[in-house]
Amino acid sequence: MSVRSKVIEAIRQIAKEQNVTLPELSDDLSLHETGFDSLAFAILVARLEDDTGVDPFTISEDAAFPATVGDFVRAYENVPA
Amino acid sequence: MSPREIFALRDHLGAELKGRTLSDPRTSVSLTDILSQTVLGGRLRELSGRSVLLKLADQLRSGLAMIELDGIASRMLLCPPDLNPAHLDALMADAGIDAVVTDEPGRWADSGVSLVVTAQLPLEATAPAKTERATEWLMLTSGTSGVPKIVGHTLEALTGAIVAEGPARGPAPVWATFYDIRRYGGLQIFLRAILSGGSMVLSDPHEALGDHVARLKARGVSHISGTPSHWRKLLMSGSATQFAPAYVRLSGEIADQAVLDGLKAAFPNSSVGHAYASTEAGVGFAVNDGLEGFPADYLGNRNGVEMKVVDGSLRIRSTRTAHAYVGRSAAALTDDDGFVDSGDIVELRGDRYYFVGRRGGIINIGGLKVNPEEIEAVINRHPDVRMSRAKSRKSPITGGIVVADVILADGTDQARAKEIRDQILAQCRAQLASHKVPAVIRFVEALDVTPAGKLARTDA
Repeated sequence: MSVRSKVIEAIRQIAKEQNVTLPELSDDLSLHETGFDSLAFAILVARLEDDTGVDPFTISEDAAFPATVGDFVRAYENVPA
Repeated sequence: MSPREIFALRDHLGAELKGRTLSDPRTSVSLTDILSQTVLGGRLRELSGRSVLLKLADQLRSGLAMIELDGIASRMLLCPPDLNPAHLDALMADAGIDAVVTDEPGRWADSGVSLVVTAQLPLEATAPAKTERATEWLMLTSGTSGVPKIVGHTLEALTGAIVAEGPARGPAPVWATFYDIRRYGGLQIFLRAILSGGSMVLSDPHEALGDHVARLKARGVSHISGTPSHWRKLLMSGSATQFAPAYVRLSGEIADQAVLDGLKAAFPNSSVGHAYASTEAGVGFAVNDGLEGFPADYLGNRNGVEMKVVDGSLRIRSTRTAHAYVGRSAAALTDDDGFVDSGDIVELRGDRYYFVGRRGGIINIGGLKVNPEEIEAVINRHPDVRMSRAKSRKSPITGGIVVADVILADGTDQARAKEIRDQILAQCRAQLASHKVPAVIRFVEALDVTPAGKLARTDA
């Protein structure tokens, strides 16, 4: 499974658990518009860390939290191996 | 007015009760004629009035030495087996130790302790001793880190709850516990065995659980006590079959409904009760209605135990509490009114109080306080869950999130793991505030239990 599809699947799973109705997940959708609150994002980042072995937001000291779904996915895609 | 009569352990032991034993996997000692025998090589007289460190590898000789020393020594400091040796010097200084009872006399040869007595088996014949004084019993707290505190008790305080219950009906019980008798919970059981006229089967840390249970059955154990973590391990092991004690007791940790129900199912003919006690607060009460928590009307003064809730934590005043922390820089054990703050947080729901955790065990989730035990109690209600531990994990988004490690019941189909995880999460969402719902649930094979029988929370 690609990193992108792992991220998207995790978002959908958490949306289901949190009773969040997601809009269509396009790359330029702002994260704010996903309907996720900070707790949902915290869950997402923790699960992806378990799944992919990386937490891009803790690794990088100056990481700005991404603004859009595309930025978020790329944060995982661009982690150096 | 004449001075109050002092009773020591020897005054509860006599030759009139036959067939009493104290045993471990290797040795069984008759308690019936114990008063005319010595584990101290006949050197008890030398220990009269001394402050004695009891530092032995095994529980059997420790128990026999306690029987001999009580009423003769000025004080005795009990050392649990997991005591960090680096703390020993400080503890000995604080307790004013001037004699050691040991099984390693060579180790103490150059220690500067003036009196070293070797505890040895087999027992030797001796003339019975007479009680001289009320010996102070010093026990160590089972805190997680740092030098443990020394807690001072008297035999009268230690046995207050046992005496209040009165003698058991029916045949003399055969007691056992998963605890070590040099810890408060285990010592309570040892004292029950002595005062009840019964016998006791000691645990051994090197014995496999299945062998331990086989020994409990072979020795006819009728009354047995352990922490909920001990009991969950037993239920998971499958070793409980054909073991049918009359009384099953839990203490030392929160007994949630799941473990109470699990024990009732495993031991349908046993009475299952949970007791509330701590090294400092002594025995508070026992709950025998099969339900978690305790009735709200236990607060107030009940059988000489006064309880109140202040700032969420249970406070206890009774003659069963310890009388002091011992040592040069020891803090006060009670408040000005004589109440011990247990540090156990309780919550009133309906007409019952429920334990929700330890004050020191609170984890911080995005600035909100969470008791891990409250989350575990909800997870443990799932029928396929045997045991769980909730803890905090750092999060770059909220600072912290709750994660849970879960042990599934034996024989659970691994293919159902995802379904079970979803059910646990749904259960948590229905019963807990959203920040308390675990973000991640991991299924694990084992969870660490401390030597004191409690779920390890070092990283909580």
